[in-house]
This record gives sequence, C-alpha cells and structure tokens, in this order.
Amino acid sequence: MKGGSVFPVRLQFSKVGKVRWTSHRDIARMFERAFRILELPLEFSEGFSPHPKVSFGLALSTGYESNEEYLDVSLAQVIDLETLPERLTTALPAGITVLRAVVLHDRVPALQETVTAANWIVEVARDDDVALGLDEFQTAVDAALARDEITIRRSRKGKLVDDDVRGAIRHFRATVDPVSGGIVCDLEVSTQPRSAKPCDVLAAIMQVTPAIGPLVERRVLRVHQWIERDGARLSPLDADARPHAASARAS
Amino acid sequence: MSDLWPRIEPLLAKVEKPARYIGMERGSQQPVWAPHKVAWLLIYPDTYEIGLPNQGLQILYEILNERGDAVAERSYAPWTDMAGSMRSKGLPLFSVDTHRSAADFDVLAFNLSAELVFTNVLEMVDLAGVPVRNVDRRPEHPIVIAGGHSTFNPEPLADYVDAFVIGEGEEVVSEITEVLAAWKKGGRADREAALHDLALIPGVYVPSMYHVEYDGMAIAAIEPRYDDVPAKVDKRTVADLDEWPYPKNQLVPLIEVVHDRLNVEVFRGCTRGCRFCQAGMITRPVRERSEESVRTMVAEGLRRTGYDEVALTSLSTADFSGIEGVVANLVNDQPGTGQVSLSLPSLRVDAFTVGLASQIQKVRRTGLTFAPEAGSWRLRQVINKLVLEEDLYAAVDSAYSSGWRRMKLYFLTGLPTEVDEDTLGIAELARNCVEIGRKYNKQASVTVSVGGFVPKAHTPFQWFGQNGADELRRKIGLLRDDLRPRRGSGAKNQKLSNQVNLKWHDPEATFAEGICSRGDRRVGRVIERVWRAGGTFQEWSEHFDLQRWLDACEAEGLDPQWFATRHRHVDEILPWDHITAGLHKDFLWLDWQEALAEHGLPDCRWTPCYDCGVCTDYALEHVVASPIAPAGGSQGTNQDWSNQDGVAVRFLGRKPRPERPASDENAAPAAPVSVAALVPESGILS
Repeated sequence: MKGGSVFPVRLQFSKVGKVRWTSHRDIARMFERAFRILELPLEFSEGFSPHPKVSFGLALSTGYESNEEYLDVSLAQVIDLETLPERLTTALPAGITVLRAVVLHDRVPALQETVTAANWIVEVARDDDVALGLDEFQTAVDAALARDEITIRRSRKGKLVDDDVRGAIRHFRATVDPVSGGIVCDLEVSTQPRSAKPCDVLAAIMQVTPAIGPLVERRVLRVHQWIERDGARLSPLDADARPHAASARAS
Repeated sequence: MSDLWPRIEPLLAKVEKPARYIGMERGSQQPVWAPHKVAWLLIYPDTYEIGLPNQGLQILYEILNERGDAVAERSYAPWTDMAGSMRSKGLPLFSVDTHRSAADFDVLAFNLSAELVFTNVLEMVDLAGVPVRNVDRRPEHPIVIAGGHSTFNPEPLADYVDAFVIGEGEEVVSEITEVLAAWKKGGRADREAALHDLALIPGVYVPSMYHVEYDGMAIAAIEPRYDDVPAKVDKRTVADLDEWPYPKNQLVPLIEVVHDRLNVEVFRGCTRGCRFCQAGMITRPVRERSEESVRTMVAEGLRRTGYDEVALTSLSTADFSGIEGVVANLVNDQPGTGQVSLSLPSLRVDAFTVGLASQIQKVRRTGLTFAPEAGSWRLRQVINKLVLEEDLYAAVDSAYSSGWRRMKLYFLTGLPTEVDEDTLGIAELARNCVEIGRKYNKQASVTVSVGGFVPKAHTPFQWFGQNGADELRRKIGLLRDDLRPRRGSGAKNQKLSNQVNLKWHDPEATFAEGICSRGDRRVGRVIERVWRAGGTFQEWSEHFDLQRWLDACEAEGLDPQWFATRHRHVDEILPWDHITAGLHKDFLWLDWQEALAEHGLPDCRWTPCYDCGVCTDYALEHVVASPIAPAGGSQGTNQDWSNQDGVAVRFLGRKPRPERPASDENAAPAAPVSVAALVPESGILS
C-alpha cells in the first residue's frame, strides 16, 4: 500500500452465492460501510474530499465467484487481527466471508500491480443447450492453445479494443464433472501486463473454432491469486506480510 | 410455496443490474411463514433503485414483520429486460427476500407515489399471475391493495385495485391484517365479504363497494352500495411520530440506489400552504418528531447501517423546530470513525438555510438547490410560495460567498394565471443568480430545472385546467430562446445566459400524468390499453410515448383534454369527492379564489387558523416543538404578512370566526378575481 501507514492490513475474503451478482464497486462500498459499522480506526486521504485509504485487488466481474479476493486498508491504530475476520463478516452481506487478516510491511506494492497470476474453475456449456462433448471441446481448446496469438475484441473501460488473449493463458484443462456431467475447466492466467477473463478465453476458443459455440460460462470461481517474485510463488497474504504474532501485538 | 431462485438465477447473467433481484440488504428479513399468518408482498412499482429507499414501504415491512400474525416481503418492478425473460420462461413475479412467487402471498400491496407508475401496477399484477381487473379475481387470488399519495384520487385504478389505503399506513395495516387473518381462517372463501369488511376499516376505500353514476361525461353521483359502507372515506393520520420510530433497521442496499443514505423523517405535514403541492395539503397537520427521538434515530441508524451520510427528511426541513440542535449535535459529536455528512432536502429559500447548509457541508460545497417555483413575485403569490426576490438573492449570495459553486433552481411552468412575463422571469432570475455568483467565482453556474405543472386532487388547484403539451412546449421554447446567446442582447446578458443550464421535463409526459391525476374510473381502461400496448415504465423517457395514451383515449371514446386541460366547475362532483384528506372543499375553493386574486397566505403554524378543516376534524393540533416561528418569520423571509388581506374562509352553515373579515356568506370573496378566463362560469359557493 502506498504511503506510510500506522497499521496497514491485508484482508482475504470470499464472494460466493447470490452476492456474486454485485459489482466490484458494490463490494468496495460494502466494505467501507462494514469498516464504519465496526468503527475501525481508518486512515483518510488528504485533500478536498477525504476518503478512507482502501485499495482493492484485481476486479472480479459481476456474476463471478471467488474463494480468494484481497483488499488492503490503512488503519490509524493497531487492532486485534484475530477477531477481525469474524467481526467484519457479520457486517457484510451473506456470501462475503473475510477469511484472514495480516499486517503488511510499510509501503508494499499495490495488489493490482503485484498479483501476477490467477487460477479459475469454469463450468462451460453451450448457450443453445446443445450437449457439449468433452472431446470436441478439448480439441477446440488444443487448437486455441496451439496458436501464438488470438486477438479478440473486448470492452475495456467503456471502449472496444483488440487484445491478444492467448498470451495470458498459461494452463487450460477440461474435465467432466462427475456430479453434474457438465464440463469443468481448470484455468490459469497471467494477470500482468494484461489479464484475460474466463469469458475472454471462451471467446478466444470460439474464434479459433467457431463451430464449438455458442459457449457460455455457467459458474465461474476464482480459486487462487499469486504474487510471483524472484522465482517464488506466494499467496498475497504471505508476500508482503509482517510476522503476524509480533505485528498484532505491537503497540 | 417454493424458492424460485434456481429458476431466477440463470436469467441474471443477461440482464442489466442483476443485483436488483437478489435482495440480501442489511436490515432485510427472512420471515418465517405459517398457515395462519397473513402474507404481504409490499411492492414498489418502479425499479429497485427508485423503490428500495422508499421509507413508507420500509416502515410497513418492519411493522408487519413484528406482528405474530403477518409476514411481509418486498418486490420491485423488474426492468423490461428481466420482465421479458421472466415471461419467456414462465417465471412469475417474485419477492426479493425469499424469492417466492407473488401468488403465494395473501396481499399484493402497492405503493403509489406517482401516477405514471399506474401501468406498472397492471404489469406486476399480471406478472404475478393475477387477473388485472378486480372483477375477474377469484378466491385463490391475493387481495390487491394500494397506498401512497396517489391514492388520494384512487379512481383511475378503481377497477384494478381491490382496496386503497388513504393516508398513513402505520396503524391501518394491522387492522387490515386482522380482517384478512379471519378471511384466511375461513378458507378464503368469500372474497366479497372480506372486501366488505375491509371497507368498514377507517381509511380503507374499496372501490367495488361504491357505485358511480354518470350524466354524460359528468359524474352524477358516487354512492356506497351498502348502508354500512361510509359515504366518505377519511384519511388515516398517525398522531404521534415518536410512537412510530420506524424504520428501525433501514435497509442498506448492495447496489447504488437513489437517496443512498440514512434517512430520518423529522416531521410530517406542512402548513406552508403552497397551493400546487399535494403532499403539503394531504399530510396535514404538522407533526414533528421530538429532537431527542431524531437524535437517537440518527445515532443508532448510522451505527447500524454504516452509512456516512444522513438526510433529515420532511417537506421543509429547515422548518423543523429542533433543526439547529440536531445539526449542531451531528456536526460536533458524532461517534464513530470518519466523517458524517448531512443533507437537508426540501430547503426553504433563505439565508438561514444557507447558514445551516454551511454548518453541515464543511467539506464538499459543490451544489445547493432552491425551489422558487415561479419566475415572478406575482405568480409566487398565486401559488403561495412566498419567496421574495431579495430572499432568493440573499440566499444565493450567501451560498456563493460561502464557497458553493453551483446552484440548482426548481421551477414549475403552466401554473394558474401564468403569462409569458412570469415564464421569462425564470430566465431573468437565473441570470441574476449567475451575476451574483460571478462576484465570487467566475465559473459560477446555475441549473434551472423546469417541470410542467399538473394539478392534483385535494389542492386548491384541483379545479384548474392544466396547460396542454403544446402550450408547455411553447413556454419552454420561450425560455430556451431567452437563454440562447443572441445578437442585440448585450454582451453581459449573453455571458450570464451562457452560465445558465436549462433542463425541462417532457411536456408530453406531463400531459399523460394529467390524464391520470384527475381522471375518473373511465380512465382505468385507458391505463389498461397503454399497458397492453407495452407502455410500462412511463416515468422513463426511453419507454414513454404519448401516442399510446392518445390511441388508448381514442379507443375508449374519451377526450384526454377533458381530463387534463379542462377547468373544473365549482358545482362539479369531482371523482375523488368521496375521499377526504380532512381539507374542507370550501376551504380549498376559497384558497383557489385567493390564488386567482394573487393573495398569499402565511403559514398557520404561527398565525391564526384558516379553518382548513384538518386539525378541527381530527382533533389534532400541529405538533411543533417550538412556539415561535423559525428564524426569518413566515416562509423564512423576514416579511410580515399579517397586514395582508387574510383569506376569507367561511363555511356554509357555519358562523364565520369573529376575527375574520365579515362578509356575505353567498357572495364572492372580497378579493377581486383577476384572471377572468380561469373563473368557472357559475357563482361562487352557490
């Protein structure tokens, strides 16, 4: 988190169930209200219109779920981090569960810049309800992965841009879900310099093999985010944290 | 009785703002259903973002769920994309709390705060799988109820709604619940008997219990069909707001909505007496919440919701006796972290108000809104918005000098007696405000927002024929031309005009609103046709098309002008004459005559009573904590209106009050009537 802070905290939380239909901005407002409900000692930005210093990680698209989201918040005092996740969870809507809280070193890089990879589980089906076979789907995936570059048109910050998606796909494996019988994919993407969302990856597959579509994602779950630094692959909770026991008791 | 969520969720990926349909707000409930409980579905017939903050709905939601014999859930109008998906998948209207089908409920209770939502009521009843016309409903169908300000003329929906609640709902919902619990216990067999029982509850109007007789287009009589059903339905009024500190758990939505903040109602009713304002007329008398109670609701509300903004709501918040105490308390010692900002909607136009505003808006001083409503002092006397030009300029000067950079001014056009000079006065006022602002800030700007006036039931203007769409368009055109940079108007004038941003409401929508606002039962079929032709969300410009309304009127053989632009006759039976807000018709008529005579009428909280009828008939006094008028006197203008001609209020068959000017009971009021065209032909009070 930029700027000095008395007690910079990183939170890990999940977003699952009905609440997935809220947006990234909605989540930000929910947390700001939860912080006020708990009367946390927030630090505020300077200037004309002071805002609490809260910094969110990678955006999660409306409709997607996640086991691992992150946000950083600057506090003006040391507080008990043991009970914080549970207390915050009670002040948040059902489906948002704060899992862990760690105290950060001073002036660590922002989550959006430092997270380099993410893992997803994606349920895929055909939008026209035609049965989608694993073999034909895997063939289409392999065809896409064989390309060096797949440019798709997508909307970014309200503008249509042409982006290469292939470069962000690190790993893609489709299996059949033993319970539902549907197709479930393990996907790993790079998030730097530019990420690809699961819907972008499906668009890329359809672009290479149009006959496989129309594909639609049924349920999309982000399962991990990674900070890769100096050859190590770290959880955002570990990468920039101060040793927990010492920091939580410091005063 | 099942959870529809598994069928709803697959639709959400393809609709706009899917979180409109998920519920889960902080403060929302998952009521426990039981066979003996009366299940209410409280419905706001507009989008979730507009409906969620509605305080009336939230109050009833809490009161009903506190009862052992009721459950209450909520529903909002699905946007057209969602409604389309629901119809194509055969999915009925559902509650957002437990996602149950609307048909599982015993009551569908609509909040009607504006007439243009009427077609959405039909849309939602239909989506619920319930016949839209009340005669077609059978024992298995829920009872369709409506409340809210627009039910003060319930007639346009008389064939579609089973029972209307007139006035405030806090107490009457319990009485309705008891009647319906008995009906439910008897197996919901006799719908007619249940409706009859509902009609006996004070404040409940069951249109099917009344027969309307016509004489051509005129109404000849409106009569109850049973001896025990009241000939006149009186509104319900809660005497003491401190007994009803609701909502206690204001809902905190997960998505952004209008008025997205803690809202605490500081008083109900208004005696400013603005003649165009239905809300002010139908909510009398003034009942303030105690300062202590307001403070508690603010402190607890902020703690529970996590909001950092609170609005003190009422029809004129600067008039609240405890305003300075509450503001000082909020600004100085609000517990918790961060900053709490306070907003005061519906402010008076005066320097006191700006003083208050600067106390509370220490940080962001971007915009401030005033509502002079009319462009000339003459016309402001007609509408009884007694704001002098000096008051407005003092307020504006004070605002710009305290650091505000943008001013918003609200006006109405198409007001009674309005001539072009009055309309153009709006442009002149706006330029003068810009000029004041430029003393302090070269970028000072003024936004002028102009709405077309629609006369409303139970106001002194209920007899006035509103301006047609063409006339309103012409008036807006006058303003546009006057504010358009042009040769010969002088460089200064041009510079000032450039800083005025003019916005206006669609005159065609104003016309459609006028058809409904004072329509009778026959207008119901017009509304039904508009709905069947796809006319939902009529308050949304992208969905509004006047042609649908004109076609519907034609198909029904009704002249829309007859409802909207026709001046009413003094002898005429008005479609809402069997409904009363406590205001005597004589008072309203005389106030209408005073309006035409350009006479203002000071606020009765701090002047003698005008016998409007409300306090005397309900045996309620204005509940005002302070016996002295707030700083600035009547209307906050520092003007003494007591030497003006008072309104000559007299009642047929009643002695005039001794302090009133004596006059002949049967003669016209002392004041001359200035605009001949607006005076109905017959004698006054004959």
